[in-house]
Amino acid sequence: MTEYNGYVSDETIEGADSGLLAGRTVAVKDNISTEGVPTTCGSAMLEDYVPPYDATVVERLKDAGATIPGKTNMDEFGMGTTTETSAFGAVENPAAEGRVPGGSSGGSAAVVAAGDADLALGSDTGGSIRCPAAFCGVVGIKPTYGLVSRYGLIAYANSLEQIGPIAPSVESAAELLDVIAGPDEHDATTQEAPGADGSYAAAADGDVDGLSIGVPTELLDGADEAVVETFWDAMDDLEAQGASYHEVDLPSVEHAVEAYYVIAMSEASSNLARFDGVRYGQSGGYDGNWNESFANAREEGFGEEVKRRILLGTYALSAGYHDKYYKKAQDARAWVKQDFDEALEDADVLASPTMPVPPMKRGESLDDPLTMYLADANTTPVNLANLPAISVPAGETDDGLPVGLQLVGPAFGEHEIIRAGSALA
Amino acid sequence: MSDPAVDPEEVKHVADLARVDLADDEIERFTEQFVDILDAFEALDDVPETEREAELSNVMRPDETRQSLSQEEALQNASDTEEGQFKGPKVS
Repeated sequence: MTEYNGYVSDETIEGADSGLLAGRTVAVKDNISTEGVPTTCGSAMLEDYVPPYDATVVERLKDAGATIPGKTNMDEFGMGTTTETSAFGAVENPAAEGRVPGGSSGGSAAVVAAGDADLALGSDTGGSIRCPAAFCGVVGIKPTYGLVSRYGLIAYANSLEQIGPIAPSVESAAELLDVIAGPDEHDATTQEAPGADGSYAAAADGDVDGLSIGVPTELLDGADEAVVETFWDAMDDLEAQGASYHEVDLPSVEHAVEAYYVIAMSEASSNLARFDGVRYGQSGGYDGNWNESFANAREEGFGEEVKRRILLGTYALSAGYHDKYYKKAQDARAWVKQDFDEALEDADVLASPTMPVPPMKRGESLDDPLTMYLADANTTPVNLANLPAISVPAGETDDGLPVGLQLVGPAFGEHEIIRAGSALA
Repeated sequence: MSDPAVDPEEVKHVADLARVDLADDEIERFTEQFVDILDAFEALDDVPETEREAELSNVMRPDETRQSLSQEEALQNASDTEEGQFKGPKVS
């Protein structure tokens, strides 16, 4: 195990003898099913849960010869921005002492940053790969919705989430994406990337000569000054290598984080209804009225952030509030999609700071959930729009805190964002 | 714009719908937090009605039987089973 609490369990799973990832270790977030190896989602509810099958991405890792050195710690059911809500304890940031590693895939980013795994898989519902990658000074890719199979990923908000790679460099992240991407008969939302030519790893050639970058002003407004400064330094670097940038307006993204939370919480309230302690999960051994027994089991098994989101999602979907919250959030989602599509007609990629703030101090965020939610302002719009995005290290603040730069591409434009990102890391 | 009426009773009602029992201090804390969070969600009132241009197509497969989990595998994570079936809480 690690001193920064990066793993929930460190049972090794061996892959095939040869393949693209032979000889390399790939840590797997603990909400991705591994046959015969506990998969907890960072929750006491699933402390003893052992999946009877592998997620498709795990099968592909094993076929590619990777060794899985353990299952990584995470915010409970992916619900958090700091990896402090895990039932198995908070994760520390190996790249910034006293700070959070970001979340919810904080364990995956931490084990890569510390060199305890060569690569890792995370999942990203509203920024859960890109945020910890940014905070730990590593690379993270959130693929286009439908590029990577979600079969075996224990659902939080299935219309938003994708599994993706976390790695020390853009090229190695792209190599891992090459292994996990592609259609899967077990996930009907997957599809063949249209017009894809060549491997993702081959796109990491660092050639940004002539690249046109749009910078959404809304994603810089309100960001921390030290973050903005580091962001522009990295943009200057890209410009010096032949890229050009222009400002773009995305008025819809001002509403994205609220829309994201309404949709994610609503889906969560439905997805997490399955945890009643009968088919799986902690039952607590209660008897009597079934609804009360389940309510008691769920009170015991779920942590506070999970309960908060289940309740708010139930509220947003309940009679009388559905039109006010859920329907409006779906309008916002469509609007955000339109805005991104238009901006990407005049730019190859869009750039922003991944997170508007540097890594928070540990222990500061949990008492004020709203402030924590608003920190996802720059990452959540991308999930609403189903687009691919990469977070690459942009540098550090004067205080030595890692800052990430996010590049967003058109649907199935992974090659573009990988090429652009590889000019920086 | 109507103020969402969040009071402890409302939180208890929603918790009941969601089948989550809450301790008294949780109800108190959630009530306070929900006022702030729902207030932030009010910003969605400014969102214009937007056409949802869905390029969606159904994905079908032939309706043929194929291998799935065995009964044993399906039951292996249950806290209680009887004669190959899940066993729920005792009602009385």
